[in-house]
Amino acid sequence: MNIHEYQAKDIFRDCGLPVPPGEVATTPEDARRLAEQYGGTVVVKAQVHVGGRGKAGGVKLAENPGEAMEHAANILGMDIKGLTVEQVLVTPAEDIDTEAYVGVIVDRASKRPVFMVSREGGVDIEEVAARSPEAITRLAVDPRYGLLPFQAYWLAASLYDDIKQQRAAAKTMMSLYDAFIQSGASLAEINPLITTPAGEVKAIDAKMNIDDNELFRRGAIAAMRDLSAEPPSETKAREADLTYIKLDGDIGAVVNGAGLAMATMDLIKFYGGEPANFLDIGGSSSPDKVIAALEIITSDPAVKVILFNIFGGITRCDDVANGIVTALDRINFELPLVIRLTGTNEEEGVRILEQAGISASTSMDEVVQRAVVVARGE
Amino acid sequence: MAIFIDNDTRLVVQGITGRDGAFHAQQMQEYGTNLVAGVTPGKGGQTFTDGPEPVPIFDTVEQAVREAGANTSVIYVPPMFAADAIMEAAEAGVELIVAITEGIPVLDLTRVYPFVQERGARLLGPNCPGALSPGKAKVGIMPGQIVTEGPVGVVSRSGTLTYELVYLLTQAGIGQTTCIGIGGDPIIGTNFIDTLQAFEADPETKAVVMIGEIGGTDEQEAAAFVTAEMSKPVVGFIAGQTAPPGRRMGHAGAIISGSAGTAEEKMQAFEDNGIAVMKRPSDVVELVRSAL
Repeated sequence: MNIHEYQAKDIFRDCGLPVPPGEVATTPEDARRLAEQYGGTVVVKAQVHVGGRGKAGGVKLAENPGEAMEHAANILGMDIKGLTVEQVLVTPAEDIDTEAYVGVIVDRASKRPVFMVSREGGVDIEEVAARSPEAITRLAVDPRYGLLPFQAYWLAASLYDDIKQQRAAAKTMMSLYDAFIQSGASLAEINPLITTPAGEVKAIDAKMNIDDNELFRRGAIAAMRDLSAEPPSETKAREADLTYIKLDGDIGAVVNGAGLAMATMDLIKFYGGEPANFLDIGGSSSPDKVIAALEIITSDPAVKVILFNIFGGITRCDDVANGIVTALDRINFELPLVIRLTGTNEEEGVRILEQAGISASTSMDEVVQRAVVVARGE
Repeated sequence: MAIFIDNDTRLVVQGITGRDGAFHAQQMQEYGTNLVAGVTPGKGGQTFTDGPEPVPIFDTVEQAVREAGANTSVIYVPPMFAADAIMEAAEAGVELIVAITEGIPVLDLTRVYPFVQERGARLLGPNCPGALSPGKAKVGIMPGQIVTEGPVGVVSRSGTLTYELVYLLTQAGIGQTTCIGIGGDPIIGTNFIDTLQAFEADPETKAVVMIGEIGGTDEQEAAAFVTAEMSKPVVGFIAGQTAPPGRRMGHAGAIISGSAGTAEEKMQAFEDNGIAVMKRPSDVVELVRSAL
């Protein structure tokens, strides 16, 4: 789950990171009021779950409250990479001397949390990694001991030469690790960590991704989910315990299992079609899940045909067949169905469908080709 | 021969009285797996009777190892207890721990993995379908009816996609030594290389099918391993060629950011290392036939 910059900053502040004050505004008037409260120059920053806000015009300096209001009016409602800006963060502008990058991620290869820090901050860390990998210092943390003080100092010393700044940065590393662990994050990033002309070290941006699997034990973080930042169809899918991602094509696909769902999308493309979505109904599927899946797919007006690709393992073919039949009774749609059912309780599933006048195939190649033909209107 | 599980497997099911645990314990026993014990705290002394043979239930894995001689464990407990269950099995001296549970926090795994390793156990998964050695043993949730005995080793990050490819092989009369699902999570106990190494050492395995997906670099490293260390032919598939970058596709592992871990990159790594690449799942039969 992604959280907004202002939410990540709240977590950072609670963990003792040096984050300047800031509050969100949902109206230009709120932004003006906040700018007045802080006095001096402020930054107005779009709160959306994508990178590149600055380039898109979603981050602006305002020298006075009137200007803050003007910028907020422009940014609120702005579309950044398909997402509408609903909130802006208003925060005092800082004088910047240097910009560094500090991040923690869960690293697949070392199977540990890994710190990455660089003197080259304020830019995409991927760019730095590609251009000059030696400019990034990496350090794997043994999660059983946590980040040790000497490790925090090593990281800090790779960023700064001044002992005061090193100490402040080391403390920041320790706090960032706490924030990372306490939130169940898969990524926590400060980009940039700045020094001011007065020598202070401050985190002026914050980014966190939370591991979805942590949410069951972190209610306060789970409550940070911003439903307006995701399409309603994806919210509905999550509530029905399905994984759904909307795509641009016209073949709606219902598949069990993430790998098979991806392979189904690939095969649709292979035969010249375009998938309308990725949808995984998961294991042990109840008929209710199938109904929810059909409701979500049929709400996408681009869909011309619905393809089922079910390989029963834990998922039982008869459950899926019952779901399809019940859904046809309960929701109204005219779209053609192309169905493949194989595996656990295949015969019962096929029989249930046949009684309802629906035919099913057992071959993935065959149904995908048929769906592509139907979508073309041939 | 087979890898990881065979006729010597003595299985304990952790979470045997739960819905999934009970169902699959029965299925595994019906398949012929030597199920020697079940564990559910508080239910020690009871007997599991859903399968063809009665099985004793213990409170702890330690008892299951000591009293029933369990050497392999399979875990069906919910995510919030799963990390503890894996560590309990390792502490009790179980050699192979198969974690089926989906949804274990990845930070838990960062602590579980070194714990298990220090105790000399092998962890398969989590979030995996388990292992199946046709005619010998089934540990996990793979359907027993889609496999048959033969010379092909199968290793995969996914569940149902594995079934798809295995079933195509079986229908074409090509059997398997062992089918292994290593799991889709970012941190897993056994990776492609560990499994390829075992298949290389297994005299009955003549060819290997490797099924990967987008995200991470495990497939690229496995491809390099094939060139460096393997004499047996390998056939590969990568799911997610059409996945949009940066989106989570069900498996937490399947995230591509920037260029690292795209299907294109992985397929190229396969080709560069002499691994025949399937363009679609149904190509598996022809490619495996010519590899054999």
